[in-house]
Amino acid sequence: MSAGAVPGAGAGHAAERTGHRPDLGVEPAEQRSTPAERTRFGVWLWLASDSALFASLFATYLAVHGALGTGPGPRRLFDLPLTALATFVLLGSSLAMGFALDALGRGEMHPLRVWLGITAALGAVFVGLQAAEFHRYSRLGLTFARSDFASSFYTLVGFHGLHVTFGVIWLTSLLVFACRRERVDRADFWRFEAASLYWYFVDVVWVVLFSVVYLLGKAG
Amino acid sequence: MSAVTHVPALAPERRSPRAQGSLAAWITTVDHKRIGVLYMVTAMAFFLLGGLEAFLIRLQLARPESTLVPASMFNQLFTMHGLTMIFLAIMPLSIGIINFIVPLQIGARDVAFPRLNAISYWLFLAGGLILNSSWLLGGAPNAGWFNYAPLSSGGLLNPGPDPRGIDFYALGLQVAGIGTVLGGINFIVTILKMRAPGMSPLRLPLFCWTALVTSVLIVFAFPPLTANLGLLMFDRLFHTGFFDPTRGGLVLLWQQLFWIFGHPEVYILVLPAFGIISEIIPVFAGKAIFGYTSMVFAVVAIAFLAFMVWTHHMFTTGQGPLVNSVFAASSMVIAVPTGVKIFNWLATMAGGRLRLRAPLLYAVGFLITFVIGGMSGVMLAVPPADYQYNDSYFVVAHIHYVLVGGSLFAILAGVHYWFPKFTGRLLDERLARWGFWLVFVGFNVTFFPMHFLGLFGMPRRVATYPPNLGFDTLNLISTFGVFPLAAGVVTVLYNMRRAARGGRRAGPDPWDGRTLEWAIPSPPPVYNFRAIPLVRGRDALWVEKVYGDGRPLPAPDDAEGGAHASGGGAGLAPSPGALHLPAPTPLPALLALGVALLAYGAIFSSLILALAGGLGALVCVVALMYDVDPGQAVDPEVEAA
Repeated sequence: MSAGAVPGAGAGHAAERTGHRPDLGVEPAEQRSTPAERTRFGVWLWLASDSALFASLFATYLAVHGALGTGPGPRRLFDLPLTALATFVLLGSSLAMGFALDALGRGEMHPLRVWLGITAALGAVFVGLQAAEFHRYSRLGLTFARSDFASSFYTLVGFHGLHVTFGVIWLTSLLVFACRRERVDRADFWRFEAASLYWYFVDVVWVVLFSVVYLLGKAG
Repeated sequence: MSAVTHVPALAPERRSPRAQGSLAAWITTVDHKRIGVLYMVTAMAFFLLGGLEAFLIRLQLARPESTLVPASMFNQLFTMHGLTMIFLAIMPLSIGIINFIVPLQIGARDVAFPRLNAISYWLFLAGGLILNSSWLLGGAPNAGWFNYAPLSSGGLLNPGPDPRGIDFYALGLQVAGIGTVLGGINFIVTILKMRAPGMSPLRLPLFCWTALVTSVLIVFAFPPLTANLGLLMFDRLFHTGFFDPTRGGLVLLWQQLFWIFGHPEVYILVLPAFGIISEIIPVFAGKAIFGYTSMVFAVVAIAFLAFMVWTHHMFTTGQGPLVNSVFAASSMVIAVPTGVKIFNWLATMAGGRLRLRAPLLYAVGFLITFVIGGMSGVMLAVPPADYQYNDSYFVVAHIHYVLVGGSLFAILAGVHYWFPKFTGRLLDERLARWGFWLVFVGFNVTFFPMHFLGLFGMPRRVATYPPNLGFDTLNLISTFGVFPLAAGVVTVLYNMRRAARGGRRAGPDPWDGRTLEWAIPSPPPVYNFRAIPLVRGRDALWVEKVYGDGRPLPAPDDAEGGAHASGGGAGLAPSPGALHLPAPTPLPALLALGVALLAYGAIFSSLILALAGGLGALVCVVALMYDVDPGQAVDPEVEAA
């Protein structure tokens, strides 16, 4: 058995020379990437995937939120001033994140730490406001399994809250990282950029969520 | 002549002693090749389990009114058979091959995120074990692989003692699915960002193209499943009513979200198969692939259409003639790019000097069975006719022609083709042929009669049937087919084991290959390429065989050196001549362990278990973020000595 042998390799290679002649030139090596570039791209893809997840939960909410059963509805529950406050808190944290990145770019460690801390703290305040909101709703009778509106509302909004919570943990760990160093190397910038991408994403989702769930809920 | 490149390597196997052997080395590995092997071996074990389940199903159905397997067990068997084959066998087999081969074909030293790669594998293993542990912990899921609500979600149709099986479904698939998404992200970044210099998109091997497009499908198709499984879990654990129509929930919500995932999933299963066939046919026909660019466009078109056809799984749910017509049309349109691929493969073989070795045999077998499966698919895409086929054995025949005759035959082709690269050893060709013919004949004897069974009206998923309805003979024939099929699988596995232990040395390039994986030793050294290769055309190695001296030129300015491979890690300056590779770490396996505990905590409603697992997983994530990869320096000169 001639396993492994190459039948007429040379002849075959020569024969193909008459065919399609490849371009032997080398194109610019634009695909050589640094680990930081790869990480940033990976985070973008993760957020893209996460968007599809949020889209599925938005679709679910829109499909079943009309089923109030015997439970209270959004018109009675939603407290727009409070939710608007939470919105400004979260948007403010995005602004703080921007200042933190700016400080990072200029290599100023003290402002970096301060702004990172403010970002994380505002995120924590948002989570606290949301916990208080959920607590109030449950006391008004809107428990998780009370109605399909309740279940889909808590699932969607809670899933976003879980994102913010994870973001607060992430930002806190970054703060510890920044506090333990004299300076941040360029090679470590991606750590902050990745976290900021995530944080802006979570904010943008909230803007959509606020419009679809709270504004439409109050108006509809 | 290029004989030089084809002499089997006389040098000793270039494997790092560090990378050898011990269990700890396998658990902590971040090497894409080892992870690929882990995927393939694990998937093969699950494949045997799924095969055993199928064997029991066929034994039960061999005769009418058989009482061999009780109906409740039968429900668990067909559910777990489908889940195991789709999620734990075929998909991870493809992912394993992708893991091993794609970095080699693009001339990279590893994937973009080696540690994330390990996390993907361990989450897949954890998910598979969680799902299968249901057999021992109170019964397996029993509502079919697509698990329609509200049958599965409790409440309405499922009163009485509630079996836990479907909780294992919800959590097991969730864990495995997260691993799959992370893997998809990893491969998109790897293929787009880590190609060797000169490998422009239209020089990318077709297997890499299919791996890329499959990864995109994974990244966007799995989230709806994740959401759906979450809702199912809430319905079961917290008695919400997402799928309960008596409370305003929607039965079809499950079906919509499931098939928005489920139809792209079909292409996740079959696109890598297309890629494998596109690699094998040119090599064994001695010709470049016919219509390379149209092949690329066809794959992209299939992926695009994959998201536009999901409700053809729901033609009989009463969604109305307009929706049915639109989705029937989009479903049939998929036959166009698929047809382009079939004709391109045929045109590649036409006029070539065919070497009818085992990989090509499987590839030709794939073409035949896949075309049959594709044609029954077009038949199913006609809504009025679908009312007749729906939930009958015709659908069972179709899915097996597509997933076994399509995906699995191509995977077997790929395993026979790349086995020398995986292990450095050659498979015995005679045994390989026996294996092929047994599998091919056994498969067709088993599944072809099911077309007729379906058309004669036999419903799928029934534990038994009365005699004299015209089902008896065909069922018996179908069951007889299982024996050659099983014998074929055993032959294939025996051949691999035998070859891995003492097969003839393969050398770097046993098939006269065209792509870069054949330019390096078999099995490849831990660093893959001593110097990152320069790509001067499509079929990068072939170009060098025809126009160069048979081996790729080193890329100029490989300035990044080892840092090229260490995703995310700090670039330690490698010693001169040494390559910097990521270091092994136990964190990925520990992370998966934490996630598994979290899942069991949810299944058994144990807050303590869930908290312990969740916190453990979180600690692992943060540790992985900040644990700067120390890397390991591997010196090819020292290694070779």
